[in-house]
Amino acid sequence: MLHTVNKSPFQNSALENCLRVAQKGDVILLLEDGVYAASAGTARSSLIEQAVKQHTVYAIDADLKARGLGNLIKDVRVASYGDFVDLVEQHPVHAWL
Amino acid sequence: MAATGKKVMVTVRKAPHGSIYVQESIEVMFIFATYDMDLSVVFMDDGVLALHPGQDTKGLGIKGFMASLGALVDWEVTKVYVDRQSLKERNIAEDAIISIGKDEETDAPIRPKVLDSAEIAAMMAVQHSLVSF
Amino acid sequence: MKLSVLVLEGPYNHEASDSAYNFIQAALAKGHTIRGIFFYDDGVYNATKLMDPPQDERHISKRWSELGAKGIDMIVCVAAAKRRGITNEVLVPNIRISGLGQLASMIDEADRLVTFGD
Repeated sequence: MLHTVNKSPFQNSALENCLRVAQKGDVILLLEDGVYAASAGTARSSLIEQAVKQHTVYAIDADLKARGLGNLIKDVRVASYGDFVDLVEQHPVHAWL
Repeated sequence: MAATGKKVMVTVRKAPHGSIYVQESIEVMFIFATYDMDLSVVFMDDGVLALHPGQDTKGLGIKGFMASLGALVDWEVTKVYVDRQSLKERNIAEDAIISIGKDEETDAPIRPKVLDSAEIAAMMAVQHSLVSF
Repeated sequence: MKLSVLVLEGPYNHEASDSAYNFIQAALAKGHTIRGIFFYDDGVYNATKLMDPPQDERHISKRWSELGAKGIDMIVCVAAAKRRGITNEVLVPNIRISGLGQLASMIDEADRLVTFGD
């Protein structure tokens, strides 16, 4: 299954809520303000550092670039909208709005 | 209507009253229940606050949706679940959450079924589509 | 693959309608079919022709209307629209007002539903 998270982990617990329910092997896609969770060295980095052990984690490239984010947590994959489409083709999706 | 169609889950994760999401999600549930789909509903995270006992929106001048929630079973929305941990985190007792209908024979209140996150995860994984609020 | 998309948030205030649009463009570029796009909650504001952003900014309702011109079924929820003053008179071309039952059909007739919102 694919889980999308669009909230900053500094303001909202959507990512934590998602990670509590997501099953091993599920895919996590960060988009919009959700991509801040992919940043390395922040007070919330541990969420994704732990998540990548159980899940493939993607962050939308255009959202990262819009926010000036380049220093990402190791193992986070950068995804285009086309990659997002491919992930949706492979999995049913739940948006953690 | 018999639940023979595709599995569709509505998840409610937002708190009520501060925004309209819960109310408009209930409208979705009512309509979906009249279509040929295997509908389930999960209240989790702040969504469980919609099941908090004693809600009264009169002072807000807002009609509210307590009557609608209380009639879910009458509208054939019967697979209604709530996340145990989200209730616990918010200090809401499992047997205090509002009822969504009454048992036809015994008149006993029907409440959403409390599930662990692993059970919710397993249910999510088998859906055709998930609609989230 | 046949996709349906649900948009729950209004334009400009939140990135949701941009994400939905970019996702749909990528899906079309890959040859997928969009079964329908449904606007609900404040998402109904995406369909008003009354928006008039500065010339050098994206025109969100015009963008949606252009997708509708390609034959994609684009629907604004009637109940959500009535609450918010969105009527047939203010709709951009190629988007219509209908009921939540249309969302049920879009879900039933697509392989996937993708939700964008706040």
